[in-house]
Amino acid sequence: MLPYVLKRLASTVIVMMTVSVIVFLLLHLAEGDPAVVIAGDNATSEQIEAIRHKLGLNDPLIVQFMRWTGQIVQGDLGVSIFSNEPVIKLIGQRLEPTLSLAGITMLLAISIAVTTGVVAAWRAGSMLDHLLMLLSVMGFSVPVFVLGYGLIYIFAIHLQLLPVQGYSFLADGFFPWLRHLIMPSVALGLAYIALIARITRASMLNVLNEDFIRTAHAKGLPEGMVLLRHGLRNAAVPIVTIIGIGIALLISGVVITESVFNIPGMGRLVVDAISKRDYPIIQGVILIFSGLYVLINLAVDLSYIVLDPRIRVR
Amino acid sequence: MINSPESPIPTVSVLPEAPFRKSNYWLWFGLSVLSLISLLALLAPLIANDPVLMQPIERLKPPSARFFFGTDGLGRDVFARTLHGARVSLLVGLSVAALSIFLGLVIGLLAGYFSRVDAIISRALDGVMAIPAILLAIALVTLTRGSIAVVVLAITIPEIPRVVRLVRSIVLSTREEPYVEAAVAAGTTTPRLLVRHILPSTVPALIVQASYICASAILIEASLSFLGAGVPSDIPSWGNMIAQSRLHLGRAPWSVFWPGLALALVVLSVNLVGDGLRDRLDPHLQRSVR
Repeated sequence: MLPYVLKRLASTVIVMMTVSVIVFLLLHLAEGDPAVVIAGDNATSEQIEAIRHKLGLNDPLIVQFMRWTGQIVQGDLGVSIFSNEPVIKLIGQRLEPTLSLAGITMLLAISIAVTTGVVAAWRAGSMLDHLLMLLSVMGFSVPVFVLGYGLIYIFAIHLQLLPVQGYSFLADGFFPWLRHLIMPSVALGLAYIALIARITRASMLNVLNEDFIRTAHAKGLPEGMVLLRHGLRNAAVPIVTIIGIGIALLISGVVITESVFNIPGMGRLVVDAISKRDYPIIQGVILIFSGLYVLINLAVDLSYIVLDPRIRVR
Repeated sequence: MINSPESPIPTVSVLPEAPFRKSNYWLWFGLSVLSLISLLALLAPLIANDPVLMQPIERLKPPSARFFFGTDGLGRDVFARTLHGARVSLLVGLSVAALSIFLGLVIGLLAGYFSRVDAIISRALDGVMAIPAILLAIALVTLTRGSIAVVVLAITIPEIPRVVRLVRSIVLSTREEPYVEAAVAAGTTTPRLLVRHILPSTVPALIVQASYICASAILIEASLSFLGAGVPSDIPSWGNMIAQSRLHLGRAPWSVFWPGLALALVVLSVNLVGDGLRDRLDPHLQRSVR
């Protein structure tokens, strides 16, 4: 078990180092001089030289990289070109909406998707199975923003049941917060639901064909117990894996969803930074999101120790 | 770490299993829709009005005999813009698929065959894969000022690792085959061995993968254009059409929903073609996740 944990930790560190090299090089391999890029179109050569000096761009690349990673490890992601505030502070202000959206979406998606997948596998081949899987086909193909505007049109503009857009902070009350997150999390979650439901169904079908399921039925266990304790428990590893990998889908979706529903989160931060060409913010958000993705997948890998006893032996 | 052998993922497809599958009905459905849309896209300049002409008097007009899909907030013909948008989507989808398959094939062959190169390439690709595709593409487009070529490249780079992994795994198993050993023993040079004896076994899987990449590229291009980091906004694309019309959603829903519908239909069709091809060519292939 310990070698397994150490191996996973080591590969996580290596991946994060590679990510930081890529993100570092992104700005430095961009066309032209980063100082010119940062200074903007109307800068004088003195201003550019001042920026070069301030950023230490005259040092060798490797020195710059070491200094940059040193700052990141200490939680310093640089300063926004546009607002002149530390990027880490700007991200901190945007954390609650993004985490709320992602959290509610995961909760919603996992509960709906796993239920759907288990039911579809239980009644494999039935009309219900086909209907559920056909719905998940749609989930793969309808883009987040198309679905988002569809929901807004029906539920906010026509029926006027839910707020059109925006975000209500948790401090201002739980129900307003939840009401503002319903449509965004449905729009964001659909592709994720489709993905997890399909894997759950496939994985459950594999397990339900095993001998021990027949034995469980034969000794008279209730259907639900067979499905959940013997079926789902043993089908869990691929499901947890896809939940982890699907986080990438969720993160890409968060950026778009926040734009559709005007939610002031990290996704909006990065989209607003696009038009202002505020590179430190883009770099910082990429680093944070990638780090989040890598850490969640580390947690997924470590959860196999609980889910799959065979790993404990190795 | 991600997709490690310890974490098996069963095959995912967007299609229900048999009996739906048996007839390959969905493959033909997907191909027909795509052919029709490609034809409309090719003929767009002949059959549709000017997609960028603004007629303020005609703004926000509902669908009619003159404007099939109505007009948008600037009085532009939504039908013409949707058809012209198909050109961008299909162009980007096909270019990204071709480019990422080509680059992924070359890198994958090298990584699979030369174990020293493999270690370095695999680490670099793990890093690329850990960065969410849309964010990496946003960064690449923002840094270099958008054009269609830049957008294609920016969508291609995050797709490459998945192709490399696929090719690499096929190369690793193929190189153990007796006919490859025989070729080595007979004195075949390494480049010839790779191209003549190993490359052909990657083709079925790559054709299937190309269609999934095409679907994902069309979605990402639309997303990038929607976010303002895609093709220049004066070229009509489904993503920037929706972004430009979002304020008129209540008054002119057609200006948002026609491009949205077209986008969903094309992505669905490409995915269906991918699934149909997989069933014919390579039933064991796993569907990769964006």
